[in-house]
Amino acid sequence: MNSIIENIKNRKYRKKKRINRSKAGDITLFAILLLFGAFSAFPLIMTASNAFKPLDELFLFPPRLLPRNITFDNFRDLSELMSNSWIPFTRYFFNTILITVLGTFGHVLIASMAAYPLAKYKFPGRTLIFTLVVYSLMFAPQVTATPNYIIISRLGLIDNPAAIILPAIASSLGLYLMKQFMEQIPNELIESAKIDGASEYRIFFTIVMPLVKPAWLTLIILLFQRLWITDGGSFIFSEELKPVSYALRQIAQGTIERAGTIAAVSFIMMIVPVTFFIFSQSRIVETFSHSGMK
Amino acid sequence: MQKQVNLKLTKRQLLWKEMKKNKHNYVLMAPYVILFLTFTIIPVFMSLGISFTYFNLLESPRFIGLDNYTKLLLEDDVFIIALKNTLILAVVTGPVSYLLAFVFAWLINELKPKLRAFMTLIFYAPSISGNAFLIWLLIFSGDVHGYANAILMNLGFIDNPILWLKNPDYMLFVIILVQLWLSLGVSFLAFIAGLQSVDKTLYEAGAIDGIRNRWQELWFITLPSMKPQLLFGAVMQITTSLAIAEVSMQLVGFPSIQYAGHTIVTHLIDYGSTRFDLGYASAIATLLFLIMMTTNIVVRSILRKVGE
Repeated sequence: MNSIIENIKNRKYRKKKRINRSKAGDITLFAILLLFGAFSAFPLIMTASNAFKPLDELFLFPPRLLPRNITFDNFRDLSELMSNSWIPFTRYFFNTILITVLGTFGHVLIASMAAYPLAKYKFPGRTLIFTLVVYSLMFAPQVTATPNYIIISRLGLIDNPAAIILPAIASSLGLYLMKQFMEQIPNELIESAKIDGASEYRIFFTIVMPLVKPAWLTLIILLFQRLWITDGGSFIFSEELKPVSYALRQIAQGTIERAGTIAAVSFIMMIVPVTFFIFSQSRIVETFSHSGMK
Repeated sequence: MQKQVNLKLTKRQLLWKEMKKNKHNYVLMAPYVILFLTFTIIPVFMSLGISFTYFNLLESPRFIGLDNYTKLLLEDDVFIIALKNTLILAVVTGPVSYLLAFVFAWLINELKPKLRAFMTLIFYAPSISGNAFLIWLLIFSGDVHGYANAILMNLGFIDNPILWLKNPDYMLFVIILVQLWLSLGVSFLAFIAGLQSVDKTLYEAGAIDGIRNRWQELWFITLPSMKPQLLFGAVMQITTSLAIAEVSMQLVGFPSIQYAGHTIVTHLIDYGSTRFDLGYASAIATLLFLIMMTTNIVVRSILRKVGE
């Protein structure tokens, strides 16, 4: 019965929502959206379709949006090229996965641990730390590149995956989003757990963490995207510790005969984060809706 | 006198008591704060310190006062070009990408959920697709096979192919276009989410109070309700637009012809990673940092006035 009333209310409200809309306006705006959507999608479609084109079609003029004869030759060439290289391809893959998994997991855990007190308690030093975090959102990583190199080499972390993982764990964007999300958790929940005798740590791990699952996913995605494309920068010199994106980029700098392979490389680098995003989209939006700057 | 000392002591004691009471908070925050200070805050201050020295990583830094800054601002012609390019890129891509992110988020918000998710993906995907932006090398290739040249020639706008990536007149245009294509990132998602969390009953109330079209709705209801997301988005877009480097280096080369695609960050990379003049690189970084902070503070104070 209740749900029927709810339904009727919704229907009424939906009609009302369209009150300030004109048909002509709707159509114009949608047309604009489609136009820019095509602009946004075209390069991506070309990237994907080039990866499946045989060599003669790649150089076909005018270029075709979609391949006529779909082929997996480019991917086969890529794997052949990789298996002939000095370091086996699987090794590069392992390096990327190690960096991505440890960095992402570490960030979610450590940033959440820091976000909880910032979101829920007032204590000396809180404002200072949060202000620093907010301001650090405002500077580009290049500003700190030089000193970072010095610090990491002093810590003896050159040629160690930790040189990529540790700075990633300390990302300020993730902490910021997590803190804003945790602020939405009702205080009463935490209070009542305290009355029941739970310790702060227990509250954090058994009550707060399960409640912020959508925010985890956002942090995972953000860090995953960043770490997936890392090439080790100036911190990792030894070839067998290099991540996969470095190896792929080396191949992509090849000559014209490699055009097909390059397309395959771009496709692989693109499809993983995009697929990941597709599956988590709604949860991510949920997190961002709680994330404002006041 | 005696009283004052007492008061001071109790204040310190109070603080200590307060800190002890919050012991668990510090324990929880410790790992993050240590890493954050080590890899973000300390480097900023180090960079400031190094900028007053001559430092090449091999010898220990030698204090040279403001020399790096005077050289940078008075003698380095390339830096002036880089500064000019950066400002052009930032003034165009910053506000435009910010507006695009908002307008697209706003238009998408009116669609049905399935279509909305699809359009979100289309606009967001470029920013996460790694080096897929290299496809623009094909689009703006300088021969007749480059997609852009081919289309323009077929339509009869040009007779000869344009060397998009080699001609200084066109480089900035290409960088701006590609950067805009890439720019609907984190702030775009924040806007979509912000729009969805606006209290829907406000629109009904607004309609009763005489709001007649979607533009008034936007200005009087939507924008003020999502101010926090607007501020967040501004910070993200400003930082990105002032730090353009990767796209320039990959598309027009490093260094680009006549430095036409040179930016502050590519200048920084040049001195930091190629010439190993770290003192000079730090001076560049410090200036960039100051420009970013100032812009952020100014823009944020303007945005706070939205809808008032």
